[in-house]
This record gives sequence, C-alpha cells and structure tokens, in this order.
Amino acid sequence: MAELRVRVNGADHLLDIPPQVSLLDALREHLGLTGTKKGCDQGACGACTVLADGERINACLALAVQYADREITTIEGIDHPIQEAFVRHDGFQCGYCTSGQICSAIGMLAEHKDGMPSAVTGEPSAEGEELTDEEIRERMSGNLCRCGAYHGIVEAIGEVAR
Amino acid sequence: MTRTVDGEHLVGQPIDRIDGPAKTTGGARFSAEHAYPGLTHAALVPATVSRGRITAIDTAAAAAVPGVITVLTHGNAPKLNPPKRPTPANLSTLVSGTQVNYLNTDEVHWDGQPVAVVVAETSHAAREAAALVHVSYERLPAVVDFAAEEPNAVAQKGNPVMPGSAKKGDADAALAVAPVTVDARYTTPQHHHNALEPHATTAVWQGDELTVHDSTQSITWLRKHLALRFGVPEAKVRVLAPFVGGGFGGKGFAWPGTIIAVLAARATGRPVRLLLTREDVHRAVGARTPSAQRVALGADTGGRLTALVHTSVTRTSRVGGQPEQVTAPAQHLYDATNIRTAQSQTTLDWMPNTSMRAPGDAIGSFALESAIDELAGELGIDPVELRMRNEPERNPIDGKRFSHRMLREAYALGARRFGWENRSPEPRSTRDGRWLVGMGVATAYHPAMQFTANVTVRLAADGTVTVRCGFQEMGMGNATVQAQIAADALGVPFEAVRVEYGDSALPASVMAGGSMQTSTVAGSVLAACGKLTRRLSTLARRTGMQGRTPTEILTAARVPFIDAAVGSDTRLGALAGQARMLAKVVRDQRTWAKAACGAHFCEVRVDADTGEVRVSRWTAAFDVGRVINRKTAFSQLRGGIVMGIGMALFEEALVDRRTGRIMNPSLSGYHVPVHADVPPIDIACLDEPDPTMPLGILGVGEVGITGVAAAIANAIHHATGSRIRDLPITPDKLVT
Repeated sequence: MAELRVRVNGADHLLDIPPQVSLLDALREHLGLTGTKKGCDQGACGACTVLADGERINACLALAVQYADREITTIEGIDHPIQEAFVRHDGFQCGYCTSGQICSAIGMLAEHKDGMPSAVTGEPSAEGEELTDEEIRERMSGNLCRCGAYHGIVEAIGEVAR
Repeated sequence: MTRTVDGEHLVGQPIDRIDGPAKTTGGARFSAEHAYPGLTHAALVPATVSRGRITAIDTAAAAAVPGVITVLTHGNAPKLNPPKRPTPANLSTLVSGTQVNYLNTDEVHWDGQPVAVVVAETSHAAREAAALVHVSYERLPAVVDFAAEEPNAVAQKGNPVMPGSAKKGDADAALAVAPVTVDARYTTPQHHHNALEPHATTAVWQGDELTVHDSTQSITWLRKHLALRFGVPEAKVRVLAPFVGGGFGGKGFAWPGTIIAVLAARATGRPVRLLLTREDVHRAVGARTPSAQRVALGADTGGRLTALVHTSVTRTSRVGGQPEQVTAPAQHLYDATNIRTAQSQTTLDWMPNTSMRAPGDAIGSFALESAIDELAGELGIDPVELRMRNEPERNPIDGKRFSHRMLREAYALGARRFGWENRSPEPRSTRDGRWLVGMGVATAYHPAMQFTANVTVRLAADGTVTVRCGFQEMGMGNATVQAQIAADALGVPFEAVRVEYGDSALPASVMAGGSMQTSTVAGSVLAACGKLTRRLSTLARRTGMQGRTPTEILTAARVPFIDAAVGSDTRLGALAGQARMLAKVVRDQRTWAKAACGAHFCEVRVDADTGEVRVSRWTAAFDVGRVINRKTAFSQLRGGIVMGIGMALFEEALVDRRTGRIMNPSLSGYHVPVHADVPPIDIACLDEPDPTMPLGILGVGEVGITGVAAAIANAIHHATGSRIRDLPITPDKLVT
C-alpha cells in the first residue's frame, strides 16, 4: 500500500491505496468523485479527462501516486462558462462523455492560448490567433462522443473561445 | 392546444434539456456510481473457446489476491432460473439477450461468455484476480465463420410486424428482360454499439427485495426478467435507470453483466457493482449482425423500375439472437412493378446478435441506396431524379396507404440547401489539389410505431404538474419533450412541470427502442392531460370558477391536487393493456405504412494517393412528422448521421475466423467517429405532423442513420469512379 496526499478541487485528501491504482479509480472509488467517467480504461475515449495543474490528462492512464503533489481539477471543481454553453448548444445527449469533453475543452483552450500547435496548425500558432472550428475538431479528437453531439460541442467551445 | 402564459406553444421550441445542469457539472449519477455501505466490485472472466465444456476452474490464485471476497463459477454460484424462450405472449421474455443460464452451466456457447466472476473489495483487486482465474475446457467443434456459412443460410421466419420475405409480381422474370440492370453484392461487417458508458449494474439485495441500478433501455421488462430469473415476485424488484450513458439498442436486453451482478450480490449478501470493461462490452454484449446482400434492379430506359430484388443473409446464434429486417427498405421506397425480398440467416456459435440503431434498415439501406445510385449511373439519370421518377403513391409491396409521406418535399428542400444542382454528373470530374471531390445522395427511411405506456399526471393547487412514467432516458431528451407536451396540454409554464422517469416504481412504459418511445409516451401524456382538463372543467363549473387558472379552481374547490392515470399496472389491467397494445400495433401495421423519411446529401474529399476519405459537408432534410423540440430532435438526427459516418468509413469488428474471437475489442481497435471526422451537419425538418400519430410524431432516433453509408459510398464513387460495396470503405479498398 502507498500512502499519499492528493489535492483535488482545492481540498487535500489522504489515501492509502496500492501503488497500481489509477488516478481515475482513486477519484471514483476512493474519493467518491464519480463525475469523472470510465469509458474504456485504456486512454482511447477521453471520458476520464481531468486537469492536472491546468493540463488535460487521461486519468485512467495516470497512477494516483504519480499525482501526489499536483493540483487535480475534476468536473465537480469546475465553474466555467463552457458548461452553460454546452447546455445551450446541446453539446451532449446521454451526458457520459460530457465531463471529459468539458475538462478537455478547458485544457485545450489553454494550450491554444499558449501557442501549442496541432495537426491543423502545422506549426506553433501565433498568440491571439483565432481558434477555428477545424482547430477545435482536431484538438478535441481525443474525446469520443458516441451519441454524436460533436456539432453542438464545437459550437459551444467556439462560442466560449471567441 | 392551450397557449402558455407568454402566448407561445412550447411544442416546437428548442428548449434546453432539463438534465443539462446535472450532466455538465458531474452531478448525474450513472448506474455504477451509487454508493452503498459495504459495496463490493465484480469482474468477469470470459471463456476462451467458442464451444465446449468447462472441465476445471482453478480459482486458487485469484482467491489469494488481497481484497477478494469470492470467485463464483458454475461450481459454487447460487441457482438461477433459466430464461424463458421468447414469446409474444409475455414480452418480457424477449428481453433475454441469450438463452444461457450464466454460471449455472458448464457449457460454453461463444468466445467471451462469462464463466466466472470475481467479487472483491475494490475494482482493481477484482480485475487483477479475474486475470488469474484459470479455466480448462473440453473443446467442441464450433461454427464461427460467417462468410463460410453463408451458403448454409435458411429462410428467416417472419411475423406480422417484420415479414421474413415479401413478393409482388415476378421480379426475377422482369429482371431477366429489363433493358437496363444492376445486380450486385454488398456486405456489411459486425458493428458494435459502443455506448460511451460501458454496461453497468449496481445490485443490492435486502432479504428477498432487490434494487438494481442498471444501464438499461428496458426498465419494465428487465424488472420482470430479474423477478423470473431470481424467483422473486415482481413487486420485490426495483430497477432504476434515470441516467443511461447511451444505448443504441445495446442496452435493450439483459446481458450477462446484469444477471451476474445480481447473482453475485445474492451470493455474497453485499451490494455488488459491475462496470463492464470495454473488452467485455464487445465480448459479452450482442452486436449488429454482419450481412451479405444482393440487390438486383431492372429498369426501362426512362428509369422506371420494373424489377427490384433484395435478399440478405445475416447471422444468429444457437443461444438466441434477433431477426433483422434488412430488406424492409425495398418494400417501401420504390414503385417497382415487381418486387421480391427474402431474408435468411446462418446459425453460429457466436454471441447472439441484437438490435443496433435502425436494425436491418441501417445496413439494408446501404445496399439498396447504393444500387439505386449504380442504376442512375447506368441510365445516365441524376440520382435524385431517378428516385423521384419511382416515388410511389402507395406502399409498393402491398398497396397500403401511407399515413403521410413527404419524401419529394424532403429531396427538394435538401437539394436546395446543399446546392445539388452544382454537381457535375461525371464521376472523378472535380479535383481540389490532392483531393478528389464528390457528392452523394441517399434516402433515409424508418418505420414509425406507437405502443402504449402507463402514465399518471398530477395537477396541484400550487400550479405545479407532475408527470410520472417509467420511461428511459439515455440522451434522447424525452423528459424535456414530455414536459413541453404536458405544459402545452395543460396551459402551464414549462418550469411548472416536473417529469419523473427511469424507475420501475413508476407506471410502466415501453422500452426505448424502435424510435417509438417519444410518440408512445406522448400519446399517454396527452390522454392523461385531457382527463385532467375535463376534471378541472367539472370542478370549475361546480365552484363557479370557469375561465380561471388551475390554482384558482383547485383552491376554490378546496382540493390540493387532481390526478389522472392512463393504463394500469395491476395484474389484469397490465395483461389487458399488453393485449390492447399488441392488437393496436398489428392493426396499425395492417392499415397504414407509416414512417419517417428523409434525404441525405453529402460531399466527400478523397486523397487521390492515399485513399483517405474526409466527409466535408452534410445536409439532411427529414420528414419526421412534428418536431417537438428542435434542439434535441436535431441532435438525435445528427447523432444518427455521425454513427452512419462511422459505419461507412471505420466500424468493423474483426473476427478471427479460426477461433471466433473478436480481435479488436477496444475503442483503439474499433474506430468510431471522432470530432475531426464529423463536418458541420445541416439539418432541416419539414415539421408536418403525421395524422395517425400522437401530436404527429414519427420518431427521430433511428431514421438519421439510414441511408448514410450509401450517401457516402455514392459520393466516393462520384469523387473517384470507384464503387465500394463492402463496408467499411477504408483506404486500402480505394488505392488498389
């Protein structure tokens, strides 16, 4: 067992868990934060996306012990205009991928602001460059939505970004 | 219809989903997210042979993993009643995904059948231990290769709702003499629903009372099924499913995970949570059958169809499985002089197939609508024009009247919005740098049905309305839509209506499937609201409060609330209701051909060197009857199109033909569309009510996916000159 202190949504928690426990299982099963979803447990769907010091990560591919000293933000700790935009633009149907889409979008907006390139940009983007819908689609492609609510998700993110 | 306070009808408005705040804040609790004291976690052990007998199971290593409570196998699991054979006399029997009595038998019927379950204090302990369970088998000969079995297919049995075959005139003779013909074979692979939420169950026994949180599309039937399997009265079973993380048919039936979670809870006396792994979702839940189809068309030189033959082979299993109406579109779409459709099935040692979004119609429309496009090419007639020349006045196969059909109008609207007139008729005639550009079109069609649902509606003196109905919500927006309908019917604001759903303790509803839930529940909600309105009028007359608000009337009458119920859940009432429902469905089917339909227009760009296909534009115009909520209805139609894009370009379960095992049981191996694969999707609806359906609703859940794969295949042909008849259309098929 490994004893660790994790900081989630601004609160410290003490955990005593085996070292192989993923951050996702630690959040859902040990801290009762079930807003972060398990869709594949293999890093293929993005439903478990959370923010670690503001960067988006797949919590299923992260060991909890690796994140002992990091600031983790889950959907329960998010208060962002994008949440309302998702509702207005119908950026979800069943809601299972939504937590991950929202966390991922917030992380993605920060990446874009920092000039991080994508396959669409081709090279580092200039500061203040507009985030096109094509860019949003490319940068959000790690978050699957089987209901196919992509149209509304892109609209919602675009509205908040511009 | 009553107007609301601000003078606007709510029906038709693009109102935000009422569960939006819960779903965007992490507050929505799905079936694997309910906390119980002493909660345990389960993990399944899949069989590794397609057919055989278990000779031994070594659980010692698994049991030694810290935190493991028990390992259940057929040697020590509690007894379970076997599932009943499906019969229309008891619709709940249809809900059994397979005929296997899990962990009560040493027989293995498919690769992936769960043969043991580990129950542990944590999910990681359960998963680790499940990997350590060692099962030995006596292998038996198994038939697992669909392609090899195709010649052995036998005719599929039909029923009044889904005929196995149909005939008008002599299509084969007409085909032989037709001046212009197309005769081609099309194939579609096995598709998996892959809802983002893996199937999840939390099962809690308290004495002989069972509470199950389950990701089900069939609350009422699952409750009956669990009562039957576990030998307890139905009244002792409660199924809860207020949030279901997508279904698409894959959560319509009771699959092994649900049954085994309940069994494990009974064995351990503790609450059990079982969230399937993504691999389990592929190996322990039914999928859409693969298909091999033939479409043969004969036409005169003016493009009038004289012969239409559509036949299909699909697969079922020795332990269950659904027939699919693959050739149904051929019975409804074209005014051909002679028609023959025939469906047959092979029986394999496989996980039973199950309904997936527009079962039959989704894959059947790929073949038929591809073939029509091929015929248009042979004739040198625009594919939209060819369809219009063969648009029927009555249902082609049997001359039944259409309750409503506006396919011509849908095509006209879609063509205008898309800019179809800009298409050059020649294939491979438009190039944009390395991209070959093409446009394609296809018809969408899905039958409409209405069943019955039990509903109670309460109008309280404080002006609030409570609608209670045990329907399912897996992303369709049904609660929002029913609140709109009730608010309009009673003349109260949207905010005054609360809808309770997703719980078997509520009045029984239909399953969510067949695009029938919204219209079915709406019919009952309207009837209940009608009763309430009449009661309110009586009270108003009695108290001299005519023309006053419900609150004023109820206050004057000193009545805290009034209730109205439609349908009954008592034993006799329920049986009578089920009989009435079946009779109505069959009668409706005999009287009318009713369906939602539409026209898909798409543009694709194909990399001339690599064969990479990008869908770059989409317009779809639909006749789905009345649209209750533009926002949620359009989302469902778009969702169908997105899944159709997956079907056209990516989705394929790869099956090892020697072992019968799926080789890509993951979301990294089984590709579904991602953000970058989906262009903006322009949706238009004619919004004309169907005269035979409640509020004129025809249903939007499934029609969206029909025709999509054909529209893309047709656009790819237009772009490249290559006709691909085998899904998915991957780059390797385009660069050869």
